[in-house]
Amino acid sequence: MGSSAVIALLAAAIVAGTSILYAALGELITERSGILNLGVEGMMLVGAVLGFIFTSNTGNHWYGLLAAMVGGALMALIHAFISITLRGNQVVSGLALTMFGTGISGFLGKSYQGMPIVDPFRPVVIPFLGDIPVLGPIFFRHDVLVYISLLLAFVLWYILFRTHWGLSIRAVGENPAAADAVGINVSRVRYLCTILGGILAGLGGAYISLAYAPSWQENMTAGRGWIAVALVIFALWNPLRGILGSYLFGGIEALTFRLQTAGISISSFFLAMLPYLLTILVLVLVTIRLRQEAGAPAALGVAYDREER
Amino acid sequence: MKRIPLVKMVHINKAFPGVKANQDINFRVYPGEIHALLGENGAGKSTLMSILAGLYQPDSGFIEVKDKAVRFHSPRSALSQGIGMVYQHFRLIPNFTVAENIVLGAPDAAFLLHKQDIEQEISALSDQFGLEVDPAAIVGQLSLGEQQRVEIIKMLYRGCEVLIMDEPTTVLTPREVKELFKIMRRMSDQGKAIILITHKLHEVMEIADYVTVLRRGKVVGEDRIENLNEKTLTNMMVAHEIEYSQVDRAKPSGKLVLKLQDVQVPGDQDYMAVRNVNLALHAGEIVAIAGVAGNGQKELVETIAGLRFPSRGTISLDGEEIQTLPVKERLRRGICMIPEDRIGMGLVPNLSVMDNAILRNYNHETMNSGFLLNYKKISTYTWKLVQDYNIYLSSIHHPVNYLSGGNLQKLLLAREIDQNPRVLIASYPVRGLDVMAAESVYQILLQEREKGTAILLVLEDLDDIFRIADRVAIMYEGQIEEVLEVNQTDIDEIGALMLGADKIGVRYVETQAN
Amino acid sequence: MLRPKLIKRESESLLARIAVPILSIILAFVCGWIFLYFSGFDPGESYLRMYQGAFGSRYAISETLVKAIPLALCGLGVSLAFRMKLWNIGAEGQFHMGALAASGVALSMGDLSAWMLLPLMFLAGFAAGGIWGAIPGALRAYWDVNETITSLMLNYVAILWVDFLVFGPWKDPSSMGFPLTPRFSVNGYLPTLGTSRVHIGLILALIIAIVVYIVLQYTRWGYEVRVVGESKVAARYAGMNVARHILLVMLISGGIAGLAGMIEVSGITHRLQQGISPGYGYTAIIVAWLARLNPFTILLVAFLFGALLVGGFSVQTFGISFSIVLVLQGAVLFFLLGGEIFLKNRLVWVREEVR
Repeated sequence: MGSSAVIALLAAAIVAGTSILYAALGELITERSGILNLGVEGMMLVGAVLGFIFTSNTGNHWYGLLAAMVGGALMALIHAFISITLRGNQVVSGLALTMFGTGISGFLGKSYQGMPIVDPFRPVVIPFLGDIPVLGPIFFRHDVLVYISLLLAFVLWYILFRTHWGLSIRAVGENPAAADAVGINVSRVRYLCTILGGILAGLGGAYISLAYAPSWQENMTAGRGWIAVALVIFALWNPLRGILGSYLFGGIEALTFRLQTAGISISSFFLAMLPYLLTILVLVLVTIRLRQEAGAPAALGVAYDREER
Repeated sequence: MKRIPLVKMVHINKAFPGVKANQDINFRVYPGEIHALLGENGAGKSTLMSILAGLYQPDSGFIEVKDKAVRFHSPRSALSQGIGMVYQHFRLIPNFTVAENIVLGAPDAAFLLHKQDIEQEISALSDQFGLEVDPAAIVGQLSLGEQQRVEIIKMLYRGCEVLIMDEPTTVLTPREVKELFKIMRRMSDQGKAIILITHKLHEVMEIADYVTVLRRGKVVGEDRIENLNEKTLTNMMVAHEIEYSQVDRAKPSGKLVLKLQDVQVPGDQDYMAVRNVNLALHAGEIVAIAGVAGNGQKELVETIAGLRFPSRGTISLDGEEIQTLPVKERLRRGICMIPEDRIGMGLVPNLSVMDNAILRNYNHETMNSGFLLNYKKISTYTWKLVQDYNIYLSSIHHPVNYLSGGNLQKLLLAREIDQNPRVLIASYPVRGLDVMAAESVYQILLQEREKGTAILLVLEDLDDIFRIADRVAIMYEGQIEEVLEVNQTDIDEIGALMLGADKIGVRYVETQAN
Repeated sequence: MLRPKLIKRESESLLARIAVPILSIILAFVCGWIFLYFSGFDPGESYLRMYQGAFGSRYAISETLVKAIPLALCGLGVSLAFRMKLWNIGAEGQFHMGALAASGVALSMGDLSAWMLLPLMFLAGFAAGGIWGAIPGALRAYWDVNETITSLMLNYVAILWVDFLVFGPWKDPSSMGFPLTPRFSVNGYLPTLGTSRVHIGLILALIIAIVVYIVLQYTRWGYEVRVVGESKVAARYAGMNVARHILLVMLISGGIAGLAGMIEVSGITHRLQQGISPGYGYTAIIVAWLARLNPFTILLVAFLFGALLVGGFSVQTFGISFSIVLVLQGAVLFFLLGGEIFLKNRLVWVREEVR
């Protein structure tokens, strides 16, 4: 492989990893507040289909993006209501959300299946930076959503670890009773974080249907939502490590794609298994190294009931 | 001038499933007052104060702050009225720093965290009230006494004028208690009102200005401390006279049963939880382990029971080494344990009383027929335990969670004692129980001692140790420095050892101070 | 001002236990109604067609039963894992692996007699599903790796394995490009009941439900599983080997789902093909949860959800996407989860005193 091929591969890794990055950042914030939302896949699908439908009908991808965010938020709201207000089982609620989202997106997108998109997001070359050899083509010749996702990771990191909001979010995820005792509204923080998670998952889904593979296919997220959930563990609940993980998975995806088109003799089915197997491997390695999920918010997945005695 | 109460609670009622925790309670606190809320466990003190702190909502009744009616929907609204509570189980986040814990949720905080400013503010508060603590330390690494100070500063930082302290002395050594009382006095001198929730009479006599006594959810008396004495308070607290059981130390203990030699046990993180412990336990004696919680007691008893394994040293039962044997084998040889965690470890939540009765002997042939469990025999067996130990329950088919604390503990005791233990270990066996329940637990333990069982108790209340134990081992940072005959020691000596101070060294310092 | 307030009950409400699942199903269909209406379909007619598709004729009912069998088995499988609070959501993959292994046996040993071949396929299906469940089980038991994600990831891997085989090495040369294997020899067909498509898998599901019930309620091993499921600490205190139980339960859980796969290829499709499962493994999760993990209720609920699947297929000709089934399933689960709070709490309206 020549150096230009490597550069192209790395650039493709970033693009392929961006939807996962959005979704993983969303799940990360959600989990930091103590809510486990396994419905990322469903929220992404809803985002993807709404993004596509609204862009098709308005001719403007920004409307599509907005619709995707609203769709993701509404989906997350269901999960929030069940797990925060009604204190239902978060694992099962997340699964239901995935099913529901898969169903809704398949239903709504039926007539859009295979249609070409009117106004996809196109790469923008950043002046000067885009011309830097090697780094330019890898980092600075992407569509605007790639830049936003990176910026978002830094912003979220800053909020989590350098501001009072972040302190409150982390406190709620670690020990809701302690947060409650100093007057933090546990439910509100959890609602907001869960909904933000939904917005970002919706964005991640829309990124696939509007930029990465501009089209709508049923189930087109193909497990990326679940990979995003695994990535949060890999990232140790730190947004900056999330970038690294997303691009690693993006890289695997880009690589398998390239190997397939290059006519490598490995069956494409086995290449397609790689991201899933890699997810398992990463999860195993991280868990073994860390022992009992060190770094996981202590109250993750546990509903808070103030009057529980 | 008429004094205006800082807080007035009027006709407060609160019920939980199966208990009327508070019934028509009236309560008031004045500025600069240290007000003791006295009562047995389960009298409703914590519930009443949780209502004042905004954690629970009363079923009826109302609260006034400085003569103005208020309604608290959450701790936030209570805090905004200057009422803060230091809970018995601290509400702190272990992996945050002291400063982060203190500023958490502060209402007028800036968006960004300004570490230095915050730390300065905290230092100023510490100095004002004599609460020493390092703002940059990670809370999880502090001692319980230090964590308590963090909790107090947290409330002062929010400008609290009423500070509720729920059983603050249980986690402290006697020396730390003295320090805490000094701090409390200093706060009240500066006009703060302090409500001390406690069940210990001598604390009330020592520090309180005013006392309100609760019994079974009702106020049964209140007065200024000058008008009261321990006797009148006791009469108010417990309905009828209690005959406290007392161990008969005259009876010599029997032969050596359990021996720990140089035992070292790794903890859950990277440290040694138990270090070089030597301990001998004889038939028919009660040895108590004293010490501030978290000094390796839990790991030590779990190691004896077979739930953990020592990295070094030997444990022998009747001269045979058992430190590598699994739980089941140790059970068979007669090592029984009542864990600290009653529901969760000792009993299985959501399973029936019957299922719980056989937790430790379900493998025994009497409980089985072939590969099936014989529920007919199990039912008979469970009823026998229930009757022998006076356990109150409506059905043995109900989930065990429906039982009250005292009955849960009796069920646990019954089950373990029915295994005919050679060694019986119990961690905090009376924690959270009311006097009557606690007494019956102690009586069962004393009967076991009479039978010749070697008993090891982890206790938090020094008074209990003096009543119940033959010998006391003081544990500090995983080590047991001394095992003392209870009738040849006193609270001061034990207190000093609980702080890890070398005995002679402490006496020296104390004489210097006098 | 009146406001709602939840009051804890002293014991679980029996009424709520029955009413909540039934209301959940009704409410989900109401949501579906609204959803269909706004999508431009006639909800009443859609539901009627779904009903007819599922129950309208003898054939319809037999189809419903045919779909209920794999659902019941997968449901029984996951319910076992759920008992231990192990979130095995890999039944879909375990089903595929079971189908794959059974097909492998049928295709390579087709000349054996039915008495030999069927038990072999049975064992292969159980073993393959079991291994597929045991992988996340072992990772969970010995390294504490999150079994939710690993079991789900393995679904994709299993489906890709099946795809690989039916598109590649096992493809029927006479299939004219369709991704399927040759038919099994008749000896690899599961006997049917009468002339219908309903096969003896139905009886098998019943037997497994009984076995699961007896094992959990009355055996020592079942007792241990219940204890481990409620509290691992208590289980260790009782001297049980927690890790071994986790592994074993995941193995059996996967094995039962694998059996469902074997039964499907042997009883219905008689060959391995792409898309053998319309999401049985996922629907099974709802089935198990709705049945509150009770084996016999699982059979009943599986029948209802089998009907939903068949009904969903039948309205496709009407222009409605099969996805409506997933929407309804998700909605049922939402209502069910939301409703569970009423088992332990009572809703009362309290008058807020304004002072």
